[in-house]
Amino acid sequence: MSPQKRFKNVQAQNRTSQGSSSFQTTLSAWKVKQDPSNSKNISKHGQNNPVGDYEHADDQAEEDALQMAVGYFEKGPIKASQNKDKTLEKHLKTVENVAWKNGLASEEIDILLNIALSGKFGNAVNTRILKCIIPATVISEDSVVKAVSWLCVGKCSGSTKVLFYRWLVAMFDFIDRKEQINLLYGFFFASLQDDALCPYVCHLLYLLTKKENVKPFRVRKLLDLQAKMGMQPHLQALLSLYKFFAPALISVSLPVRKKIYFKNSENLWKTALLAVKQRNRGPSPEPLKLMLGPANVRPLKRKWNSLSVIPVLNSSSYTKECGKKEMSLSDCLNRSGSFPLEQLQSFPQLLQNIHCLELPSQMGSVLNNSLLLHYINCVRDEPVLLRFYYWLSQTLQEECIWYKVNNYEHGKEFTNFLDTIIRAECFLQEGFYSCEAFLYKSLPLWDGLCCRSQFLQLVSWIPFSSFSEVKPLLFDHLAQLFFTSTIYFKCSVLQSLKELLQNWLLWLSMDIHMKPVTNSPLETTLGGSMNSVSKLIHYVGWLSTTAMRLESNSTFLLHFILDFYEKVCDIYINYNLPLVVLFPPGIFYSALLSLDTSILNQLCFIMHRYRKNLTAAKKNELVQKTKSEFNFSSKTYQEFNHYLTSMVGCLWTSKPFGKGIYVDPEILEKTGVAEYKNSLNVVHHPSFLSYAVSFLLQGKKWSWYLDYLFSQGLQGLKLFIRSSVHHPFPEQRA
Amino acid sequence: MDSYNAPESTPSASSRPEDYFIGATPLQKRLESVRKQSSFIPTPPRRKIPQCSQLQEDVDPQKVALLLHKQWTLYSLTPLYKFSYSNLKEYSRLLNAFIVAEKQKGLAVEVGEDFNIKVIFSTLLGMKGTQRDPEAFLVQGLILSPRLEYSGTILVDCNLCLLGSSDPSTLAFQVAGTAGACHHTRIVSKSQLPSENREGKVLWTGWFCCIFGDSLLETVSEDFTSLPLFLANGAESNTAIIGTWFQKTFDCYFSPLAINAFNLSWMAAMWTACKMDHYVATTEFLWSVPCSPQSLDISFAIHPEDAKALWDSVHKTPGEVTQEEVDLFMDCLYSHFHRHFKIHLSATRLVRVSTSVASAHTDGKIKILCHKYLIGVLAYLTELAIFQIE
Repeated sequence: MSPQKRFKNVQAQNRTSQGSSSFQTTLSAWKVKQDPSNSKNISKHGQNNPVGDYEHADDQAEEDALQMAVGYFEKGPIKASQNKDKTLEKHLKTVENVAWKNGLASEEIDILLNIALSGKFGNAVNTRILKCIIPATVISEDSVVKAVSWLCVGKCSGSTKVLFYRWLVAMFDFIDRKEQINLLYGFFFASLQDDALCPYVCHLLYLLTKKENVKPFRVRKLLDLQAKMGMQPHLQALLSLYKFFAPALISVSLPVRKKIYFKNSENLWKTALLAVKQRNRGPSPEPLKLMLGPANVRPLKRKWNSLSVIPVLNSSSYTKECGKKEMSLSDCLNRSGSFPLEQLQSFPQLLQNIHCLELPSQMGSVLNNSLLLHYINCVRDEPVLLRFYYWLSQTLQEECIWYKVNNYEHGKEFTNFLDTIIRAECFLQEGFYSCEAFLYKSLPLWDGLCCRSQFLQLVSWIPFSSFSEVKPLLFDHLAQLFFTSTIYFKCSVLQSLKELLQNWLLWLSMDIHMKPVTNSPLETTLGGSMNSVSKLIHYVGWLSTTAMRLESNSTFLLHFILDFYEKVCDIYINYNLPLVVLFPPGIFYSALLSLDTSILNQLCFIMHRYRKNLTAAKKNELVQKTKSEFNFSSKTYQEFNHYLTSMVGCLWTSKPFGKGIYVDPEILEKTGVAEYKNSLNVVHHPSFLSYAVSFLLQGKKWSWYLDYLFSQGLQGLKLFIRSSVHHPFPEQRA
Repeated sequence: MDSYNAPESTPSASSRPEDYFIGATPLQKRLESVRKQSSFIPTPPRRKIPQCSQLQEDVDPQKVALLLHKQWTLYSLTPLYKFSYSNLKEYSRLLNAFIVAEKQKGLAVEVGEDFNIKVIFSTLLGMKGTQRDPEAFLVQGLILSPRLEYSGTILVDCNLCLLGSSDPSTLAFQVAGTAGACHHTRIVSKSQLPSENREGKVLWTGWFCCIFGDSLLETVSEDFTSLPLFLANGAESNTAIIGTWFQKTFDCYFSPLAINAFNLSWMAAMWTACKMDHYVATTEFLWSVPCSPQSLDISFAIHPEDAKALWDSVHKTPGEVTQEEVDLFMDCLYSHFHRHFKIHLSATRLVRVSTSVASAHTDGKIKILCHKYLIGVLAYLTELAIFQIE
C-alpha cells in the first residue's frame, strides 16, 4: 500500500469517528481533505477546534481505544473468537489512527515492536503495525535493543526484517540514546551478508559507525562484499566513511558526479517524521552528519588541485599515525587522547577540548568552519599558523585571475573565494598575513576593476604594521590607480582606508589594554604605533587634497573624505589612544565653503569632536604629567584654533578672511560681491540658502532662525554653535 | 603639497623598521622577507657561476643518471608538515592504495594490498647544496607486469595453456585476454620471484629537492620539511593524483612554476658561463612573437663556443654573474640578430633557452644535460621556487 493511499484511509477513519461525536468537525475534516498530505494539519485542527470539549472527549475515547487495542495485541490472537478478523481490523485501525495523528508513547512502541517482530500475527499485520510505529516524541533505546533480539530468533520474515531496518533508519534520530545500539554493531555488521537487507543495514551502519567501530577485519569484510556485489552506492558510502575514520587502512575515492548514496529509506514515514519533529521542536541534538565526498562540486577544471578551492575538513589521522611507527594499529584506532574534529559541533565543546583537538589534515579547511576559525584566532601554535599561511597565500596566488595570465574564466570562483576570506576576517576581526603578502604581489598588477570591492576590503584588513614600510609596497601602487580612476573608485578607496584606520585603531586600543596578557605579534612601542597611524592619516589627507583638486571639489567625494575624518577626530576619546591629527587646509576650506548643507553640518560636527578630544587631552595632561611622551605639540592646538577662528569668523561674527585665513581685501573687492563680509555667515551662507528661504516663507522672527535650523536636523551645527560660540544670544541681523 | 614625499624626508623620530619588530614571530619574519622580496624585484643582481660538481661523495651515480636527460615539469611546493624520512615505506603503501583508488573511482581498496601499480620512495643521498638542506627524495610509479597473486588462477591458466598447445587455433580465442599473462605466470612461478622484484615499467617519476634553500629554512620550524622544488616526469594526470595525495597528507601546496623571460636570460647567461670540456648541444634560443592567427617562433642557434666567447667578452667579475652582464650579453645577441634580419628581438618574448648544460622552457619545463652542473642548475631553480612560495 502506498503511503498516500494509506493516509486517505486514516482520514476516512478520522472523519467517521469524529462525525459520530459532533457535527462541527465536518469543517475540519473537509479542510483536512483539502490538504491530505499534511499530517500536521490534522493535529493542529484538533487543537484549534472551537468546540474543544468535544475534542477532548474524543481524545479520551481514542486513548481508551488505543489502550484496548494495544492490550489486544499484547495478548495475542484469540483462537476461539468468532469475528477474529473484524476485531483485529478494528484494533489495527485504532492504532493506525492514533499513531498518525499524535504518535505513540514509548511504552506503546515497546509493546508494538515486540508484537510486530515476535511473529504472533501474520505477515500483513506485522507490516501494518511496523508502518504505524510513529513516536510521539522519542523511542527508548531498550525497545530497539529488544526488537533487535527478536531478529536473531528468526521468527519474522525477510520482508518484515527489511521493513524493520527501514524503520530503524528513519527513526534513528528519535532514539533517545545510542550506546547500547552501538554495542550491537557487530550484529548489524553481520547482517550485511543478507543481500536484501544489505542496503538498509549499510545505511544504519553509516549512521551508527564511530571511529572505534572501524576495525581491519571489518574493512576486509566490506571489501569482500564489494568484490562480490560490485560498485554499490550504499557500500561506497559506508566504505568512504570507513576511509574517513581510518585512512591508513582503506582508500577510496568517490566519483565526482554527485550520487544519492542511500535509497530513501524513510519515505514511508516522511510526513509522520515531519510531525514528530514539529512536536519535538526543542533542542534535539543534531545527528552527526558527515560530509560525504565532494559536497560542493564545481565544474571540472584543467587544474588538478582539488574539487573546491577550500579543502574538505578531515582529521589529520594520516600524519599522526605515520609519525609514530611503533604505534600498533589498534592504538591508532582507539586513540582516546584527542578529540576528533567530526564531533566538534558547538562552541562549549571547543572550549572543553581545545587542548586536545585533532587538527584538520589540511589547514585550509578551517576557512569554512567558524569554530575552527575561533581556534586559529587564539592559538599561538606556530606550525598551525604557518600551515594556514602557506595554504592561503599559495591558493590566492593560484586562483588570482590577473596574477597568472589566461585565468580569466574563473573570475566568479575567485570572487567567491575572496568573499569567503573576507567573511572569515570580519568574523575574526583580524586580517590574515597571507592576504597582506598577496596584496604586495598582486596589487602592482591590478587593473582596479576586477573584484574591486573584495580587493579593497582586503586592503582594509591589512594587519597593523609600520606604515612607512607598507607604503612603497601597497599604497604607492594604490595611489597610482586612485589618481587615474573614476570618482567612484576614489570614494571606495577612501572608504576602505577608513575601515583600515578603524581596524588598526581597534587593534591598537585592544593591544594597549591587554599588553600584559598576550604577547602581541608586534612588539612595538606605543610611540611607534602612533607614529604609524598618524602617517596613515597624513597620507589619506594628501590623497584627499589631491583628489579634491582632480575632481574639482566634488561634494560626493568630500562626503567620503569627511567620513574618514569623522573617525580621525575621535581617536583620543573613542579609542583611548593619544593621537589627534587635524585635516589639511585643502579639505577644511573646501568643506567650509561648500554649497552643500550636509557637508557643512558634518564639518561642524567634526570640529566639535576635535574640540572635545583636544580638551580631554589637555585635561589629562594637566592631571598626570608623567606621560609627557605623548603630549601633543602646541602646533596641533594652534592649528585647531586657527581653523576654529576662520570658521567662527565666517559663520558667526561675519569677519571672514581676517583671522585664520587671510585674503587681501583688495582681491575680495575685485570679486564684485557687495557685502562679502556677511555673505558667509549662517544667514547668508550659500549652503543654508534654502533653509533661509523657507524660514522667511514661514514668516518667523530672525532670533528664532537658529532654533529653526537646529530643528531641521542639523545636529552638527547645533553642537558646534553650542560648544564653540559662547555668546548665549548673539545679535543677529537680517 | 604636490608630492607626498615631503613629510617623509624630514627625519622622523627613531622609527626605523628594525626598531619596530623586536621579538618577531616566524610568521612575522615571513612577512618581512616577502616585503623585502616585493620591494627589490629583480632579485639580487649578482649570482655565482655554477661551480664544478658540488655533489657530495655519497651520491648514487645510478640515481643521478635517472635525473639527467629527462624533461621535467617544475612545481614549487610549500614546506611539508610532519614529513618523516623514516616512514618512506609507509608512505609508499598509502600512496599506492590512494592511486589505485583514484584510478578506479568508487571502488575501495585495502591499504597494503598488492596492486599492479607500485610506488617507490627513495632518498637521493647527497643531493644538497649545504649540510642544512634537507635530503632530496625520489618517487617512482611503476606499472608491473600483469597480476599474478592468485595461485589458483595460475594453475588454471597453465592448464588452459597446455590444452591450448594441443589445439591452438580454437583455444587461443577463449583465453585471449590471459594468454599473454600465463606465459609470464609460468616463468614467474618457476623462478619464485617475490612480487617486489617483479619487473616494472616506470610510468611516472617525481623528485623533491632543496639546494641552497637557506632563506626558506630560516623561517620554518622543525615540524616542516622544506623541499621547495618539485620536478615531475610523466602524465599530468598521474602528477595530479600524487600531488593531491601529498597535499592531503602533508598539508602542502603545489603550484606550477613558470620561468619568465627575465629568468630565462639569466639562465642563458649562467649556463653559457659554465666551463665545459666538450659541448653536447648547440646553444639555442627561441623567441615567440604573438601575432594572429598563428604565433611566430624565432629560433636562434649559436655554436656553443661562440656563445662562450661572447660571454667572456662581456664578463667582468670573476666567478660571478651580474645583472649588467646578463643584459649586455642578451643585447649583443639582439643587435647581432638585428644586423642580419632587421628584427628587434627585444620586442618579442623569450620562451626557451637550451645549452649544453641544460635547457629550460618558459612553461616550467627543464631538461638537465650536464652531470657536472646539476647542483648549480637546481640551486637557481630552488631560488625561483622559493620566490614563488614566499
